[in-house]
Amino acid sequence: MIKTDVVIVGAGPTGLFCAHQLGIIGLKCEIVDNLDKIGGQCIELYPDKPIYDIPAVPKCTGEELTKNLIEQIKPFNFNFHLNDRVQELRNENQIWIVKTTNGKEFQTPNIVIAGGVGSFEPRKFPTKSAEKFDGTQVLYSIKDKTIFKDKSVAIFGGGDSALDWAIELSNTSKVSLIHRRDEFRGAPASVQKIKELSQKNTINLFTKYSIKDIKGNGSLEEVEIKSEAGESKTIKADYVLGFFGLIMQLGPISEWGLNLDKKVIPVNTENFETNKKGIFAIGDICTYPGKLKLILSGFHEGALAARGCFKYARPNEKYRFEFTTASNTIKNRLGVK
Amino acid sequence: MAKIKYIEHNGKEHIVEVQNGLTVMEGAVQNDIPGIDADCGGSMSCATCHVYVKEDWYNKLPKKEMGEDDMLDQAYEPNSKSRLSCQIMVSDDLDGLTVHMPEKQV
Repeated sequence: MIKTDVVIVGAGPTGLFCAHQLGIIGLKCEIVDNLDKIGGQCIELYPDKPIYDIPAVPKCTGEELTKNLIEQIKPFNFNFHLNDRVQELRNENQIWIVKTTNGKEFQTPNIVIAGGVGSFEPRKFPTKSAEKFDGTQVLYSIKDKTIFKDKSVAIFGGGDSALDWAIELSNTSKVSLIHRRDEFRGAPASVQKIKELSQKNTINLFTKYSIKDIKGNGSLEEVEIKSEAGESKTIKADYVLGFFGLIMQLGPISEWGLNLDKKVIPVNTENFETNKKGIFAIGDICTYPGKLKLILSGFHEGALAARGCFKYARPNEKYRFEFTTASNTIKNRLGVK
Repeated sequence: MAKIKYIEHNGKEHIVEVQNGLTVMEGAVQNDIPGIDADCGGSMSCATCHVYVKEDWYNKLPKKEMGEDDMLDQAYEPNSKSRLSCQIMVSDDLDGLTVHMPEKQV
């Protein structure tokens, strides 16, 4: 059981800056994120896309923004719990017990939900029959590539994951690559390589096809694909891999008894607390009159939510507002002289 | 101003007037029309405002810009008449446009 002042759910820009504000006012926090890296949507959706509306930063990419935010909170040495997801909350005498999917437990008076639009999960095949083999022969990520040796593998998708795995697995497996259109969004060099391998018949390439059905008695045997004109083909397959990018799902957050307005959480604009005492929501996941889904709004919301957390984390202390330019206490916390 | 018809997957129709300069996605969201999620808010970073546009209108719409098809690869059951509704800007020319929503967005 880890005791802390605040658990932040989500390591996107909003969660990171909230952590900074907590550090500045002398609180400790633990940050949990479902992704395997820090940065949230900035790193997952647009690491290379320039952002032009961060105050005083004329232009930076999602990756640069993330790097700078990580740098900014370094002095506080906060722990990140990546590849993990907050699953369950329980309140015991004004203290929240937070449980994660990986079995970690936190004890905290405050939870800040900075979860964006929820957690990222792979988009799955729309076909019902895919569910039967999900996790065994229908996969959306690869942990151990040796299982594909000398097997037939049907790979769906047109991005880098699909192309890279098609190229890699074509060394040891019989690979079919299926994509819904002629163009690929993967790196030009990979697209070139795929075309070469297809010409040499090392890879069977099917463009303008999508999945129709997955078949097999007991274990998966073949996959049926269809063109838009309705033409079908059947491919023998031991494994079917889908790389359609990630979708965002609210996930367990919807089960915590919070008021929800569609997929977002209403908050007050004084400290961004939800209908549950000690649970705050900031960034894209919160809503209030006039809400803008901008990173800068998330920063503001995080700063105020941090002060809201102070009340519950230090009930016997009075919060004092201080400037980073003037306060020696803050400079000590930042480790600057 | 353009009158736009949004048809849910179950056939339910919604006809609304959408101001010029808004997107077809915003027309749906602002009028509480179900079937368009628009998780990313219109930054072409997700594929949850996916719609199908029948041939006649599809050809009349301004062409897709770079990146839209890449996002559509990640949509639910895209086809050659798929568009992201956040990338369709409303103008008088779009009066009478009909869009069909997929079974689901995520």
